Amino acid sequence: MSTSAKTRIVGSSVPRKEGVDKLMGRARYVDDIERDGMWHGATVRSSIPRGIIRSIEFDPRIDWGEFAVVTAADVPGENHIQLIFADQPCLADGQVNHCEEAIALLAHPNKQKLREAVAAVRIDYEPLPAVFTIEESERQDVIVWGEDNIFKSFLLEKGNVDQAWTGAAHVIEGEYRTGAQEHLYIENNGMIAEYNSAHGVTVWGSLQCPYYVHKSLMAVFGLPEEKVRVIQTETGGAFGGKEDFPSVLGSHAALLAMKAGRPVKMIYDRMEDLAATPKRHPSRIRHRTAVDANGMLLAMDIEVATDGGAYSTLSSTVLSRATLHSPGPYVCPNVRVRSRAWATNTVPYGAFRGFGAPQAIFAIERHMDEIAAGIGMDPIELRRRNFLQDGTTTATEQVMREHVIMDKLLDRALTESNYYARKTQFAQENPASAIKRGIGIAAFFHGSGFTGSGERNLNSLAGVDVTSEGKVRVLVSSTEFGQGTNTILTQIASEAIGLDIGDVVMALPDTGIVPNSGPTVASRTSMVVGKLIQRAGTQLVSMLHDKAGLEESFTRAEFFAACERYRAKLGDVVSLCRYEPPPNIFWDDQKYRGEAYPAYAWSIHVAQVAVDTITYSTEVEDFWAVQEVGRVLNPVLAGGQIEGGVAQGIGYALYEKVVWQNGRMANNQMTNYIMPTAEDVPPIHVLFEEIPFMHGGFGAKGIGELPHDGPAPAILNAIKDATGVSFCSIPLMPEDILAKLVVASSIEVAATV
Amino acid sequence: MRGNPEAHELVAPGTLSGVLSMLANEPGKWTPIAGGTELMVAHAAGRLSARCLVSLWGIRDMRFIRAEPDSIAVGAGSTFSDLRNHQAISAEFPLLAKAASWIGSVANQSRATLGGNLANGSPAADSSPALLAYDAQLELISARGTRRVPYAEFHTGYKHNVMAADELLYAVHLPRRFGQHRQYLRKVGTRRAMAISKVALAGCALVEQGTVREIRIGAASIAAYPTRLYRTEDSISGQVLAPETLRAARVSALSEVQPIDDIRSTAEYRRIVIANLLEEFLRSLTGAGGQQ
Amino acid sequence: MNPSWPSINLRVNGEHHSLNLPPMKRLLDVLREDLHLTGTKEGCGEGECGSCSVRMDGELVNSCMVPVLQAQDACVETVEGLACDAELHPLQKAFLEFGGAQCGICTPGMLMAASHLLAHNPTPNIAEIRDGLAGNLCRCTGFIRIFDSVIATIASNAKSQQERNAR
Ligand SMILES: Cc1cc2nc3c(=O)[nH]c(=O)nc-3n(C[C@H](O)[C@H](O)[C@H](O)COP(=O)(O)OP(=O)(O)OC[C@H]3O[C@@H](n4cnc5c(N)ncnc54)[C@H](O)[C@@H]3O)c2cc1C
Ligand code: FES
Ligand code: FES
Repeated sequence: MSTSAKTRIVGSSVPRKEGVDKLMGRARYVDDIERDGMWHGATVRSSIPRGIIRSIEFDPRIDWGEFAVVTAADVPGENHIQLIFADQPCLADGQVNHCEEAIALLAHPNKQKLREAVAAVRIDYEPLPAVFTIEESERQDVIVWGEDNIFKSFLLEKGNVDQAWTGAAHVIEGEYRTGAQEHLYIENNGMIAEYNSAHGVTVWGSLQCPYYVHKSLMAVFGLPEEKVRVIQTETGGAFGGKEDFPSVLGSHAALLAMKAGRPVKMIYDRMEDLAATPKRHPSRIRHRTAVDANGMLLAMDIEVATDGGAYSTLSSTVLSRATLHSPGPYVCPNVRVRSRAWATNTVPYGAFRGFGAPQAIFAIERHMDEIAAGIGMDPIELRRRNFLQDGTTTATEQVMREHVIMDKLLDRALTESNYYARKTQFAQENPASAIKRGIGIAAFFHGSGFTGSGERNLNSLAGVDVTSEGKVRVLVSSTEFGQGTNTILTQIASEAIGLDIGDVVMALPDTGIVPNSGPTVASRTSMVVGKLIQRAGTQLVSMLHDKAGLEESFTRAEFFAACERYRAKLGDVVSLCRYEPPPNIFWDDQKYRGEAYPAYAWSIHVAQVAVDTITYSTEVEDFWAVQEVGRVLNPVLAGGQIEGGVAQGIGYALYEKVVWQNGRMANNQMTNYIMPTAEDVPPIHVLFEEIPFMHGGFGAKGIGELPHDGPAPAILNAIKDATGVSFCSIPLMPEDILAKLVVASSIEVAATV
Repeated sequence: MRGNPEAHELVAPGTLSGVLSMLANEPGKWTPIAGGTELMVAHAAGRLSARCLVSLWGIRDMRFIRAEPDSIAVGAGSTFSDLRNHQAISAEFPLLAKAASWIGSVANQSRATLGGNLANGSPAADSSPALLAYDAQLELISARGTRRVPYAEFHTGYKHNVMAADELLYAVHLPRRFGQHRQYLRKVGTRRAMAISKVALAGCALVEQGTVREIRIGAASIAAYPTRLYRTEDSISGQVLAPETLRAARVSALSEVQPIDDIRSTAEYRRIVIANLLEEFLRSLTGAGGQQ
Repeated sequence: MNPSWPSINLRVNGEHHSLNLPPMKRLLDVLREDLHLTGTKEGCGEGECGSCSVRMDGELVNSCMVPVLQAQDACVETVEGLACDAELHPLQKAFLEFGGAQCGICTPGMLMAASHLLAHNPTPNIAEIRDGLAGNLCRCTGFIRIFDSVIATIASNAKSQQERNAR
């Protein structure tokens, strides 16, 4: 079936598949599940950022015989979490490298006794010097990881940057910083584990990637594939925060279950979740850009530095995405990006919606406004002149073969937001008002799927089968955590096969049942996994056609009758498909060159802000998000993804600050880590353009991460429009605005009466 | 849940006299708990030190709003929903109604009591600036009887107040004489809702022919407890609202407030913003129109 | 049975319960652990997120903030009591149609807050909707489709009211 053909189910707002269960309060999240004889588990954590563990003492006033106690010595296999490099210990062994690092695990039937026991384990340390910032790590006088504190570095080069400076009409420089951001999924991390020597380990929990957890458990227990089973329970939000960390918590719960000889549940409370689990990588990005007299980009020299925390986890791939997104959606003949991920002694940073792109897009899109100001050009016009177009090449020399419509998105965004009229109006009204209004934009792209050769390496397998109860089942390890996986994939399967959505169900996300369709990350589910399900559906029909006499057109009853004939003759009715890279996709890891992503989603954000010069606080008053994401599979769900991402991006820009004290998060409570409430989000106008992508599920590209990339630069650009002052760092708090506004002469501040 | 429910005793005598006699018999043993929106947070965090608690929730004698000829009496057990939805409060003490609507969210306002807000004594308490501006009197009660103290003299230090171990906060009395006054309140929080104040300022002033006859200014998060800016009031009182008065008032406020740096904000920010709010209030007095 | 604990009488979703409980146990834990009504969620335990919101004697409360003794003789309504037998509550229908729930973890509390709002004010404007839901944090939706769902419910309630009047 071609992607542009008329569809019955794809493209319509089918209600969320598991929606009724969620709305009735029936959906079972991990903390809602009890197992017979289950104990509770808790974690003893480090109180210092770095040091040698001299001893672990168990207070003799506690009857430790009642408890299951696990330390590094109890790990039967390898004491390391298996992500990209296996450097993070499952339990600290001899040394700690960040505050809140897990040192010992305890389990007991009574939660209260457990709390008391955790407090009764005393760790004696010999402190070591620690580093907390990119700058401290760069100095390399204290080495906290490897030989040089560097987790990963990349060099991306196109043309010759060094020759471009002398002839340039303008050279504009800037430095941009972004802070740590907490996912703040409303369901904290949690896991239940069971262990027995015959069947091995089973883990249930709140997670994104069953096979990631599976891989770590195999290593930690030294068990073969079939003796490890990971089952995702209903997951109350993730945003990347349940991509890497569940491998840690799953291992912990399983170790306690082994030691206790019974099921063990570990649920973090909010304070523990905030203090001990990963956040978004902080970044510092420097731009130096050569521009000609017409505003055409001549050269971009970019330096990306991220703070990776104490262990490498996913820092290398986050850095890769940051590197590839750092030049923005623009054509430039000479580009150099030097990027590095640095080790520090904080909780390891991990995956978070956007995965390095929001940091990179913040920098380039703030910088574009700085360039425009520097050369005296309208920032809209500057962007328009430099957008990638059909046939142009990106910084990695990827040729734009799919139709690019940034111009059209921009026009639509300007019209819908009435951009120029508002801008003029604010410029007139601001001088007489304590409230300064402004409007700003951000233009950006987001690569769909894994970076470079990632999808090829993943080699995902997914498909459908037909159960004896007469349902088509979608077989994927892709998980639902609010983004709509269940709904989208059942829509695709029912469309491809020619059934109603009610005839298609999702298989339990259980590694004992579903094949490895790869992790549920990187905006890859609709595009990559969706395509596999579409192919598997089509393949199922032709299989039944060839082997079980299914006619060209068929009714529901005829379809299932054919399935029964097939089953009687040939056994299970299953159709699986393996990933096939789109043609002409080549990526050179060595040279860091080629097709960085099979497809891109494109977007323009427009933010209107009001800066109050009495309180220095900023409110986002109105917001427009215009995007091209390939085929929109389900408009209600797609709109919800955009709005949710924009709200999270607004938080990233203006509210969400992690306050550090000696490497520990000091504001680890919801009352002090501030996310936007129902009173803080502006109206969000969401507009789609659709250009179906042949190699995505019914034409879909990625959508989930895109909306988090734009709000921060659009908002800070709007603040510049409102106040005349450039801010280059987020989160931008009223305290920061005060500090710059009172010194800036361009604005009359109430404080200087 | 870090606290242990089994480690705490909680009793509910159900009547005011029942609670008072418990407090009288064993002074210092029993900690009152009203809506619990402070104490239950501490409980969940494992920081609730009080072992024996006595419940004030549901005691009718403490939850009332009564209009008397010269004042309105608000029972300490009144919730912020009660205050927010009360006609006379909204009409005559709009700053208090407004403050009530800003305290947490609906689910918090339905439980949080005025007495709990004041007795808890947070420097950031949101009902305080308004009560200071309205010259509220507090009525304390014990088995020994009742006594009144001006609210402005209630707090004596960080989380310290004049109440004796056997006393409860019984009622807040609001004098009904501000019909002609200009009134102002602004809370500066970390976001628009569900926000702890970084600073807040309330003002109530009587202006006649451009001269300030009477003024009270209450502020939160600028000292160890909510307090009036007496020196600043003095600098304005009796003065004509000229630019020099505004400037002098700013200078006075900047020297009078002693805010701190904490995880929510900085002392510098608090100082400057409180001065800005003061100025906004004073400017509103010069113009036409009533309260802000 | 612990003799030093009080016996607590509660009516939850119309059903009467009598339980022997430590009086400082949170209503949230009583609902989840003792009554196995796990629809009510814990997101923070500090009154901030609203995922534990229930209605108690007609008021919206965060059940993590209520010691169970203070719920003595109270009528409590939770998300499990919202639907009438198999028929979804109008708010539930609207949330399903308009995308008011994504991951679903905030949804039970959000529904209770929304139903409380509409019980007191059947036709709130957008500012009143925002105020009524401000204590319920949702990290997935950006709230927009939750507002849409509430607005759609108001319209559908008005329509069924009209139909009832016409009859
Ligand atoms: C999510 C959330 C948001 C909040 N937002 C705000 C806000 O915006 N602004 C704000 O100011 N506060 C806020 N608070 C704090 C709290 O809600 C208020 O301080 C509330 O008024 C406390 O009242 P309560 O009845 O719940 O107090 P409780 O917790 O019952 O008691 C608090 C203290 O007062 C004592 N006490 C209570 N009543 C009496 C009495 N009658 N006599 C003597 N002592 C008494 C208690 O012993 C205890 O020490 C918030 C709290 C939460 C959980
Ligand atoms: S769990 Fe009760 S408000 Fe968050
Ligand atoms: S739907 Fe996920 S938090 Fe609201």
